[in-house]
Amino acid sequence: MSLNSRTALLIPGLLLGYASEAWANLTLNMPVGVTDISHKIYQLHMTVLWICVVIGIIVFSIMFYAIIFHRKSVGHQAAQFHESTKVEIIWTIIPFIILIVMAVPATKTLLAMDDITDSDLTIKVTGYMWRWHYEYIGTNVSFMSELSTPYEQIINRDAKDEHYLREVNNPLVLPINKKIRFLMTGNDVIHSWWVPELAVKKDAIPGFINETWTRINTPGIYRGQCAELCGARHGFMPIVVQAVSEQEFQTWLAAQQQQANK
Amino acid sequence: MTTEHTYPHGIKRWLFSTNHKDIGTMYLWLSFIMFLVGGASAMLIRAELFKPGSNLVTPEFFNQLTTMHGLIMVFGAVMPAFVGFANWMIPLMIGAPDMAMPRMNNWSFWILPVAFSMLISTMFMQGGGPNFGWTFYAPLSTTYGPLSTDFFVFSVHLMGISSIMGAINIIATILNMRASSMSLMQMPMFCWTWLITAFLLLAVMPVLAGAVTMVLADRHLGTSFFEAGGGGDPVLFQHVFWFFGHPEVYIIILPAFGIISEIIPTFSRKKLFGYHSMVYATASIALLSFVVWAHHMFTTGMPLAGELFFMYMTMLIAVPTGVKVFNWVSTMFKGALTFETPMLFAIAFIILFTMGGFTGLMLAMAPADFQYHDSYFVVAHFHYVMVAGSLMAIFGGTYYWLPKWSGHMYSETLGKFHFWLTLISFNVTFFPMHFVGLAGMPRRIPDYALQFTEFNQLASIGAFTFGLSQIFFLFIVIKTIRGGKPAPARVWEDAKGLTWEIPSPAPHHTFTIPPQWN
Repeated sequence: MSLNSRTALLIPGLLLGYASEAWANLTLNMPVGVTDISHKIYQLHMTVLWICVVIGIIVFSIMFYAIIFHRKSVGHQAAQFHESTKVEIIWTIIPFIILIVMAVPATKTLLAMDDITDSDLTIKVTGYMWRWHYEYIGTNVSFMSELSTPYEQIINRDAKDEHYLREVNNPLVLPINKKIRFLMTGNDVIHSWWVPELAVKKDAIPGFINETWTRINTPGIYRGQCAELCGARHGFMPIVVQAVSEQEFQTWLAAQQQQANK
Repeated sequence: MTTEHTYPHGIKRWLFSTNHKDIGTMYLWLSFIMFLVGGASAMLIRAELFKPGSNLVTPEFFNQLTTMHGLIMVFGAVMPAFVGFANWMIPLMIGAPDMAMPRMNNWSFWILPVAFSMLISTMFMQGGGPNFGWTFYAPLSTTYGPLSTDFFVFSVHLMGISSIMGAINIIATILNMRASSMSLMQMPMFCWTWLITAFLLLAVMPVLAGAVTMVLADRHLGTSFFEAGGGGDPVLFQHVFWFFGHPEVYIIILPAFGIISEIIPTFSRKKLFGYHSMVYATASIALLSFVVWAHHMFTTGMPLAGELFFMYMTMLIAVPTGVKVFNWVSTMFKGALTFETPMLFAIAFIILFTMGGFTGLMLAMAPADFQYHDSYFVVAHFHYVMVAGSLMAIFGGTYYWLPKWSGHMYSETLGKFHFWLTLISFNVTFFPMHFVGLAGMPRRIPDYALQFTEFNQLASIGAFTFGLSQIFFLFIVIKTIRGGKPAPARVWEDAKGLTWEIPSPAPHHTFTIPPQWN
């Protein structure tokens, strides 16, 4: 569907909640993702969101009750109360308890994310202005990965492809069901490597090496982009991860090594 | 009670003014002009983002626009507006004839037009203006910053000097010039929130000055504070910046809390519920603001203990903030409510600011922050607290006190029209940003993938409407200043406090004899 017809659907689509093809493609929420960690984060996100929604409904219901029934125009007389230590203590303690309820899963998830031990494969990711460099540690495979969207599409001369600005010349190929450790660093300024489906975001800082990891459960192509302002082409350094089976990965890696040895 | 002294007329009246009301007026006008400049850059940003592709501006200029928008809105629009309110209202609320240090007051204002002229002039310099975002992370602002960065550094120094002098003046005024028998715990809440804000300013503006000075030194004096190659640390910059930056967020919101705490009781015809707990909550928020800064930095690779500490501390802020919201709602409960424009803005403030608070709580969850960080979800979050929070409080406060300042009632019909336009267009602009952020759109990008198109178009339409609505606000204010129904001394039926004892418009000199209070 072309961009213009999608635009035309914007207003009626919103007003009627009309599930057109375009709107069905829209994502409103955080992706559940394809790793155990991304599932945990999604669960945490939804838990906290719903707690907030419930609190909001309770507090604003009381407020709107007052707005509707305690207005001067319906003849309501103002009461005189203006202090109560008891309720102040209650509404200090209850939120505190709710926060503890939220902190438990948050802490558990954070501990799980922090466990970087026993990795099967290490990839060194280096952020450059404005491309990513991937190095498969322990092999001689390393390459640059940069935006492959043609310039004509960016300047609106050609029609835009489905993966406009989220396509690269050399995707990062990773095996599924393996614990992959990333070492992140920057060559010039700070970049940030973010793939929402993997729930991985880590800053690539010059002079520092940051660690993070992922274990992908499902094969597929996952797209992301740099998340830290890094200069003029910050919006043009996408990340594409191609997750394949262990066997396909080994075949791919062997081919890459052979090519590198030539 | 009042005596009308002669004062210079024309340009001299303003240039040499030591009068808290004139200086307050100048602060407010400067703030509005800056609001239009910052708003114009926002309009260009939203126009560029109306559809994917390179449409209107280059990516280089886009980065200058986002930088200018942030700097001008934070330092030029919101902060001077609150200082303007403080200048006008604090002496009137506590029964003081003027600020404690009127000449310094003049200087702290007049530094600002110079500082902002310098900042805006960078846009016309060779190599363009600052392009590293209002957070000016190193090494993007040091090694890679444009030539104009040095002018940016100096203008931030000037703004800091102005803020520090303003803060000292407010503290001195509140502590020394209250009407006899008015104890601190009897002051209007607006004075309390500003007193605490002033201490925050004193504490953190020097830290910001330190940050920009180190940037300057790294650029020109061969130091390597933030340069890993020379033994420095780019992450140190973020620690220093956010040690300023997080309290800064509360500098921007606490005076808004004060304004809302004045408006809600007036139109509820009921005393503010839980005055004491409001004071303690404000002080707790201010203290906690010093131990949460690194929640802006979860993705920089902090150790686990650091992540846990900053997550827990940040979550804690929800407690005093909740107390404030509950107190406002309880003030309204069983009141006799009317819904004049200031009250409408105050109610919208409570609801929308609370929504910004909720997303703040979500962002505090360190694991989830790895998904939210630097996405449009963050952009939505802080516009809910800064626009629906601070800016709506500024609008509400303007309508609330404009009759006292100008002596005329504004048109309630026009005011309400402005309110609904602002409310609806604000939400149309910023609510969709939650969605695109969660779906993976990073902030500060000049072009985006196709799946973000619809919501960005919606946001742009909302933004243009929001922008135009504020021109309408300017029209309402000018119309009120030029004429309208004369306002009585007690503008609002149930308004309490010394402010409403003096005639409207407030005479040039008030409380030359300390008033009897209580």
